[in-house]
Formats: sequence, structure tokens, C-alpha cells
Amino acid sequence: MITLEHYLFLGAIIFTLGVLGIFLNNKNLIIILMSIELILLSVNINFIAFSAYINDISGQIFAMLTLTVAAAEAAIGLAILVVFFRNLGSIEVNKINQLKG
Amino acid sequence: MVLYSLTFYLFSSIAVLSALMVISAKNPVHSVLFLILSFVNASGLFVLLGAEFLAMILVVVYVGAVAVLFLFVVMMLDINFVKLREGFLQYLPFGALLGIVLVIELGILFLTDRSSNIYNNQTPLQPINNELENTKMIGQILYTEYFYLFQICGIILLVAMIGSITLTLRDKGGVKRQNINSQNTVDASIAIEKKKVKLGEGI
Repeated sequence: MITLEHYLFLGAIIFTLGVLGIFLNNKNLIIILMSIELILLSVNINFIAFSAYINDISGQIFAMLTLTVAAAEAAIGLAILVVFFRNLGSIEVNKINQLKG
Repeated sequence: MVLYSLTFYLFSSIAVLSALMVISAKNPVHSVLFLILSFVNASGLFVLLGAEFLAMILVVVYVGAVAVLFLFVVMMLDINFVKLREGFLQYLPFGALLGIVLVIELGILFLTDRSSNIYNNQTPLQPINNELENTKMIGQILYTEYFYLFQICGIILLVAMIGSITLTLRDKGGVKRQNINSQNTVDASIAIEKKKVKLGEGI
């Protein structure tokens, strides 16, 4: 029997993996962006699980909003990454303090 | 019910394992491919929860657009990825400890919720009980109750589009461009030059 808790545990595990990805790959900007996508995916899983739990469709609307924000964030993040690489020739995060102005 | 449980465990275990591979793969191209696998499995879970529309949106928008954008950027940039993995093993023990503590704490939170009897968590999770299909339900509420939210979504996407275009637009020197303003303001005094040409001679 699959209850709400199963989905919440799944969301918690994926969220933790996303946070760990940011923590471990603290130099590679691309992996950090993908970890943020994982975190937003876990948020979506929670939204939809609760939407089914309280028998209300509103949770799915908010999950759609999260998807929109995630897509916008990925586009802007990758654009910044490309500009960063063009200026410095690398994507190491600890060089990002050289982006002035 | 057994089939539902088995499907849940299949999809969720593959989603978690591929999420693990996203953060631990050596090659970022493999990371992106595992991210795609993770999203596809999550969309399978959404179908189990009765959110078919969002599942399809996840596949189309994420796998079709965002993940391919990631793949495109990873392959376009010529990056030395070996150098970027420095410090991975150094932080691994501490990171693993942190992750285990985080998962256990979140688990304790959910288990306490069960014992507090505020919610009856012991009912199996069912898709939303309605005679309408999922897409119709979303449409009926999205364009009425959440209309402003919908418009704000559009504005967010517009801002993201303009932002990423202006960030990556590069003005190379030496490119000849059409100047429409000077073309439109031209008149006979600038465009035409009168010269007297004598008979039998050139200019």
C-alpha cells in the first residue's frame, strides 16, 4: 500500500541528493544547475502527492508554476554560464568573483 | 494494489538511483542523460498519482527542452572536467554524513506526523476523484481562479527569454548591417549628385 509518506520520503531523498550535488561538485557550475533541477523536481513530487492526498487540483497548478520557474532559471543560468565561459575560459565557481560589472 | 506498489517502487528506485548518478558521474554528458532518466521516472510517478497532464508537460518541457539545452551547453563548451572534480572525494565523507542526517531528520518528521493523528496518513494515495479528466480539471481552474498566476508565468518566461538573449548576444566588429533609419531618411539631396558632363568626355 503506497501512502503519502512514501512519496514524501522519495521527495526527501531526491532533495537531499540535490543538496549533496551542490555540496560535492562545488566547482562544476553545470552539475550545480542540474542539482537545482533535482531539488525542484522533489518539490514537484511533494506538490502532486499532497494534491492527490487532499483531493484538490490546486497543487498541480502550483507544480506547473514551479516548472515554469525552473525552466526560466535553467535558461538564465545556462546563459550566464556561457558568458562566464566566454570571458574566463573555465566554469570554476571559485573564479566567479572575477565577474565584475 | 500490489501492481501499484510494484510500479511505485520500480519508478522511485530508478529515479533515486539516477539522481545519485547525476551528482556522481564523471562525465557531465552522462550526468545530463541520467537527469533525463530521472525526469522520465518522475513523470511515471506523476501518472500513478493521476497527474497525467503534468507528467506529459514534464516529459515535453524538461526532457525535450531543458535537458537538451543542458546537453547542448555541455557539448558546446570545451571544458576540462577532470580539473573540476578536484575536491569531490575530499568533501565526500562529510557530505555523505550530512545527507544521511538530513534524510533521517526528514523521515522522523513524517513519522511524528503519523503518530500525532492529525492526518490519517494510512489511507492509500488515490488519484483525484472526479468525473472530469485531469487536463479538463486543470483548464477549468487555471483560466479562472489562477488566471493572474498564469499571466505572471508568461511574464517570467518573457523576462527569462529577453534576459538570456541579451546576455549571450555578441556584437562582432566588421559585420555590415542594414541601417533602416538612414535608409528611410534619405532624400534626393543626399542620394543624387548632379554633374555636368561635357560632350565627348567622361567624368
